[in-house]
Amino acid sequence: MKGGLFTSGYGPILIVVVALAVLPFGFSANTTLNFLGFVLIVTLAAQGWNLLAGYGGQFSFGHAAFFGMGAYGIALAQVRFGLNPWLALPLAIALGALTGTILGYLSFRARLRGSYFALVTLAFAEVFRILANASTFTGGAAGVLIPLRIDAANFQFADKRSFYWLALSFVAFVLLLTHWIARSRFGAYLVAVRENEDAARALGVDALAVKLKAITLSGGITAAAGCLYAQKFLYIDANLAFGPWISVEALLAPIIGGIGTVFGPLAGAVLLLGLGEITKTFFTWLLGGAVPGIDLVVFGVLLILCVAFAPRGVLGVLRRILPAFRGGRA
Amino acid sequence: MSATPLLRCTGITKRFGGLVAVDDASLDVEAGSITGLIGPNGAGKTTFFTVIAGFAEPTAGAVTFRGRDITALPAHRRAEIGIARTFQIVQPFAGLSVRENIAVGAYLRHPGREAAMARAEDIALRLGLGPMLDQSAGDLTVAGRKRLEMARALATEPSLLLLDEVLAGLNPSEIRDMIPVVRAIRDSGVTILIVEHVMQAVMQLCDTVAVLAQGRMIAKGRPSEVASDPKVIEAYLGHGAAKRMQAQQGASHA
Repeated sequence: MKGGLFTSGYGPILIVVVALAVLPFGFSANTTLNFLGFVLIVTLAAQGWNLLAGYGGQFSFGHAAFFGMGAYGIALAQVRFGLNPWLALPLAIALGALTGTILGYLSFRARLRGSYFALVTLAFAEVFRILANASTFTGGAAGVLIPLRIDAANFQFADKRSFYWLALSFVAFVLLLTHWIARSRFGAYLVAVRENEDAARALGVDALAVKLKAITLSGGITAAAGCLYAQKFLYIDANLAFGPWISVEALLAPIIGGIGTVFGPLAGAVLLLGLGEITKTFFTWLLGGAVPGIDLVVFGVLLILCVAFAPRGVLGVLRRILPAFRGGRA
Repeated sequence: MSATPLLRCTGITKRFGGLVAVDDASLDVEAGSITGLIGPNGAGKTTFFTVIAGFAEPTAGAVTFRGRDITALPAHRRAEIGIARTFQIVQPFAGLSVRENIAVGAYLRHPGREAAMARAEDIALRLGLGPMLDQSAGDLTVAGRKRLEMARALATEPSLLLLDEVLAGLNPSEIRDMIPVVRAIRDSGVTILIVEHVMQAVMQLCDTVAVLAQGRMIAKGRPSEVASDPKVIEAYLGHGAAKRMQAQQGASHA
């Protein structure tokens, strides 16, 4: 690669990842580490969504389908087949990617676009949720409990920081991957398909192949987030793994952070979950008891504010007011 | 005339339900030529063009390119074998810069980012888009967008360039600026098929002109021959127009 670390755009990624990596030395409280770990899981799921929707323009409302495939994949491989979770991890990611390919093939070949594609993804996620809730293989409504055996060789860590760093390495890898894709031919084709599919085809872009590649990668990345989720909480059920909450957070984070940018999902997840947490704490303090769903109200307000005033997300606003941020554009 | 033309369309028919948009139309495009396809509104020019570009399959007939049947070849594969098109209603990638727009085309032959970007810059300079390289494509004027359409298509390094009304919507001075651009593209070795409404441009640019009226090819030949063909005059100006014109000319000569 010609040019230095910063002109090629990898510099900002390095800085952000290092800053996040040293964060646990500042906090020792388990609750904070738990929260940060969860933020990274949502970031990873959102990065998967951002690749397909932010860069490729194919808006999915059902990324829970991939998240759940990852979560159930890694959990069932251990519980039903006795596989080591480290071995189950790549299999579960592959399962998510394959789900992406199949879903993409069915909908893109039928030339579904825009809201039709969004509805089909939503339908897939819901069908998976209902099936996982009904089938005995997936543990039905009782869900799947991964037996507690704390050992790094067993993907369960005594030190919360280890999990955090592991999740961070996933996020860092996808940051690099996204940046690399954005500067590659595949990335240019992906954006071209987003902007105008017919014009892209006229220029030699195989739109179907490009979209299939994107949804496969997207499915794999979001499935990895599902794997981390399952290993963090050691329990999943149909509503956790395939529920609409993750579909919503996976799309809200990039939209609020900055859609179609490398850092958008990370910035959005931090802001979204951070504000949600602060609001919850504030209302508990104010009223002396938890107000269920108050964080969802915050999400809704954030989304409205973003759509109205910051269509390019928080990073877009920062870039407008701070010239220093312009250099880091993907 | 050479043995096989670069592009040959034989017996192209396209039906939309009961409507026959193109009816058994044939057209040859000789390598190195600028061939014009003209006709009154609703003649089926755009449909015919769409079939050649691979954006619609004909109901009947065949399209061959360098002697190879490409009738069923999808649009993106046609770009690969050297057929590029522009759109009548310009279709820029509005969110991207001019440079990035052209680079999408350049990536077809130059997979690396730096090579594609360099190629995009070359082509932008050739088409007079140099000063707008970093501008957003959405901010270009109509004339700028038409140039961008051509630049992007050229970036795929085609041997046949299909231009769909690149002069429509331009003012006379912009048209005057555009004509040498089109000619320069041909002189660089690219064969051009141009669908056009602006007659003055067709007369100046084309070696051969084919006229489509109500889905049928009614005339072919050099621009001056076609322009005085009574069938063509009637197709444009209505039944009996040719006779009236002749009568008028006769009267003024007398």
